[in-house]
Amino acid sequence: MHDKTLTELAAGLQAGEFSSRELCQSALDRIQRLDGDLNSFISVTTEQALADADAADQARAAGDAAALAGLPLALKDIFCTQGVRTSCGSKMLDSFVAPYDATVVEKIRQAGGVSLGKTNMDEFAMGSSNENSFYGPVKNPWDLSAVPGGSSGGSAAAVAAGLVPAALGTDTGGSIRQPAAFCGITGLKPTYGRVSRYGMVAYASSLDQGGPMARTAADCALLLETIAGHDVRDSTSVARVVPDYSAELDTSLAGLKIGLPKEYFGDGLDPEVETAVREAIKVYESLGAKVCEVSLPHTHLAIPAYYVIAPAEASSNLSRYDGVRFGHRCEDPTDLEDLYKRTRAEGFGEEVKRRILIGTHTLSEGFFDAYYLKAQQVRRLIRQDFLDAFDEVDVLMGPTAPTPAFDLGAQKDPVSMYLQDIYTIAVNLAGIPGISVPAGFAGNRPVGLQVLAPHFAEAQLLGVAHQFQQATDWHLKRPAFGKEMA
Amino acid sequence: MMQWETVIGLEVHVQLATQSKIFSGASTAFGAEPNTQACAVDLGMPGVLPVLNENAVAMAVKFGLAVDAEIPETSLFERKNYFYPDLPKGYQTSQMAQPIVGPGKVEITLDDGSTRSVRIHHAHLEEDAGKSLHEDYHGMTGIDLNRAGTPLLEIVSEPDMRSAKEAVAYIKALHAIVTYLGISDGNMAEGSMRCDVNVSVRPKGQAAFGTRAEIKNVNSFRFVEKAIAFEVERQIELIEDGGQVVQETRLFDPERDETRGMRTKEEANDYRYFPCPDLLPVTLDGAYVDHQRALMPELPSEKRHRFENQLGLSAYDAGVLASSRAMAEYFEAVKDVCGDAKQAANWVQGELSANLNRENLEIGDSPVTAEQLGGLIQRVMDDTISGKAAKQVFQALWDGEADSADAIIEARGLKQVTDTGAIEGMIDQVIADSPVQVAQYREADEAKRGKMIGYFVGQVMKASRGTANPQQVNSLLKQKLDQA
Amino acid sequence: MAIEHADVLRAAHLARVGLSEDEATGYVDDLSRILKMVDQLQAVDTQDIIPLAHPLDATQRLRPDEVTEHSQRERFQACAPAVTDGLYLVPRVVE
Repeated sequence: MHDKTLTELAAGLQAGEFSSRELCQSALDRIQRLDGDLNSFISVTTEQALADADAADQARAAGDAAALAGLPLALKDIFCTQGVRTSCGSKMLDSFVAPYDATVVEKIRQAGGVSLGKTNMDEFAMGSSNENSFYGPVKNPWDLSAVPGGSSGGSAAAVAAGLVPAALGTDTGGSIRQPAAFCGITGLKPTYGRVSRYGMVAYASSLDQGGPMARTAADCALLLETIAGHDVRDSTSVARVVPDYSAELDTSLAGLKIGLPKEYFGDGLDPEVETAVREAIKVYESLGAKVCEVSLPHTHLAIPAYYVIAPAEASSNLSRYDGVRFGHRCEDPTDLEDLYKRTRAEGFGEEVKRRILIGTHTLSEGFFDAYYLKAQQVRRLIRQDFLDAFDEVDVLMGPTAPTPAFDLGAQKDPVSMYLQDIYTIAVNLAGIPGISVPAGFAGNRPVGLQVLAPHFAEAQLLGVAHQFQQATDWHLKRPAFGKEMA
Repeated sequence: MMQWETVIGLEVHVQLATQSKIFSGASTAFGAEPNTQACAVDLGMPGVLPVLNENAVAMAVKFGLAVDAEIPETSLFERKNYFYPDLPKGYQTSQMAQPIVGPGKVEITLDDGSTRSVRIHHAHLEEDAGKSLHEDYHGMTGIDLNRAGTPLLEIVSEPDMRSAKEAVAYIKALHAIVTYLGISDGNMAEGSMRCDVNVSVRPKGQAAFGTRAEIKNVNSFRFVEKAIAFEVERQIELIEDGGQVVQETRLFDPERDETRGMRTKEEANDYRYFPCPDLLPVTLDGAYVDHQRALMPELPSEKRHRFENQLGLSAYDAGVLASSRAMAEYFEAVKDVCGDAKQAANWVQGELSANLNRENLEIGDSPVTAEQLGGLIQRVMDDTISGKAAKQVFQALWDGEADSADAIIEARGLKQVTDTGAIEGMIDQVIADSPVQVAQYREADEAKRGKMIGYFVGQVMKASRGTANPQQVNSLLKQKLDQA
Repeated sequence: MAIEHADVLRAAHLARVGLSEDEATGYVDDLSRILKMVDQLQAVDTQDIIPLAHPLDATQRLRPDEVTEHSQRERFQACAPAVTDGLYLVPRVVE
């Protein structure tokens, strides 16, 4: 059962091959037996899950099954869930039981989806390896000595290991796509504003976007049509009709114009990754697509601009963690300043503090123009690169990450860790959608193909990814980890 | 001795009278139990987001139009970052680089009736903070966040005022504008209008400004006057003693009528303003602005001019009656009922205002309604009652004796007697009862008679219990006494 | 632009993050390298480029002025570290 896709499981439930309770119980058993080695979950909500599964079974019996009725999935621990701890991977929120549901959580619930729990992540979504979690690192199911990527590493590992068929993640600079690539699954970052951010703990508000992580593009389509849409509680969510993504998966690739940004195939790209990606592009050519080289000339400025804008927004977004209304509070503060300084020194981990300090510094008097305004200007140039490229081609393709998953503990220097996001980060600055699709292996570690499309062209993106998955079987490969459990 | 000039600029925070908060759906009602009107957004819970209240925007735009300001097509919200327990998110959402209201001007009226103009630098929208309660909670301070997120319009003037009186006149003018527009209740006691006063002094004739002190917590017209007076004297003394004014924030202490430097160790603030990424640029096109303009009521200065030019009131009366929307509306309602603006003005400023002042009531709390007062004036104008009886009737209305002037006139039998026969009967009786006075009258010359007739009028009025028409009594008496 | 020990201490104070001297020294090193990477931005000519704050050219939507939230004080304060009589408690604030 754990090898099946969300779509297959939905069919099985509908055909009465198994009940939601049986399905969820089996997944919970698998989590219990395997997750000790993976550490992909922070909280497993067994009781609630079984109650929700029973409710879904009853609804189905009454002929009232919604789109995701009875299907198990997991939520990155960045989404607020009423009555369930929402830690964001931080000691700061270790004790925080959210008093409300995020909009996407509400939507999943309304569609009958059953959350099995909250997945591990880099603290406050800051990281590319999932090593920055208060709850310890997550292991990559393809190789337990490798990282799963980050920051949605728990969601990626849980799906790859067959603990859940799908999960929600968030992507601020690559946090859905890079772990999806490292773990050999499909992960979609929607257009900024396509999915509500209400109830998603903010890291960098102008970049954050929630999205689906699953085995296939078809499963991502099913999830996206559930969670997308305008939310009156999020001023930045867009009032635009949500297409029927599942119905648009079968569009032909004949005549599709694919651009290969030359900057995405340069120095620092692992040769095995490059080989896998170029093979994937040949598959597209064989399906009738046309390929040409394009240029995104400001690519090298994406990481510098991001590391001004994201920490600046984060430094302000994280000021609310002050030990007064929720979360960690230091013991016996002597005065207000002591309360703030000790609470925040104790509650935040290294990387979070590093970004708060960078963001505070670059926003402060005398530095604002040189850093923040400059980065916002460069942000416009980066977005314009994409808009210009999409005048020429329909989609862009390249590797999701420059290397396959690296070893745990291998990246000690923050700056070289940041460079891991070289191909993903500009996409968030521009606000366009991107998807990572399994496209082979470098050694025993998966390689992801990244496909990018213009704003709000998720339907096209999913269709392009789906057609690839009809022609290849990379997305069907499963790690050896957990196989004995079948 | 050196002649000094005072330079004053004001930052006035006006709480806007919206139902819900500027960025959340929580109520803005005053006086609720602590933290019962602080929703997840107001508390800065993880993951919450702001959505802008359309009414706060509309109110700010109306204010801008009322002070002849430019309304920029685009305005932006920014975050002002600092830590304080009553500031839940660690930043205040405010506006700096692109405020919603651009430069404008306000006409102020001084006590002598002269007017002048004070320039508005800009006005911007922002969220209010919560409150720190310093009573002892186990040696701790308590935080109530009900007020957090209440919309504020911060109105920043140019340093155009030269005396405490001008500053007070400016605040009164703002008060009149915001209450006329209905965008604030203007209740200073509840903090609906709060002023920060920037004060400096310079030798008369000097062009450069002196160093200013910012006085916070000045929350009544009277305190503004006192705080400025104290501060000006302090600064002049300081300079004359060879010292220097330091730029600082001072608190006004209303118990001791003085300002004090704040004791908090003042590090240089660095608020790290940057555009709020959770809010998008606010764009207001010409059609929107025109629509808001069409919804605006008549403003105090417009009303004053109309009272003077169309209703024929004196400049002084027009000014007083237009000074508050409640007063003006009351007056106009009285005028509409009785049909005479001058009579209405006299009664509102005379009997009514005297009673309100005596009992310390606002016009909105007057026990006598405009309809009742208008009805009373009608009865004076159609000679149903005398002016003297009218005062009795007013007092009876004030005391709630009956619902209308007519009912009181009826119950008390105050209707003027205008029937000549009845009055003649009373006169004959008085003449018969006062032989000595009649004899003296008839012996007197014309000049003396004029004075002596008052006695007979008094007697007749007394006999009629005040209901006889005095003019009629006078002329009939004259006829009868002069006859013989 | 280089970052110095004093800059790190100043940022830490503004952000109310307690740092020991040793920790501050470590951050000077990290932040210097990050800012050196960021300084690549300075090489680009951005004259006349309007800063981009949001990826979409959208404008703010306005919400009707309606009270839609009602007291959930008990629920919200269930996760508060220190509360008395409905008030959040902090060490004494002196004004």
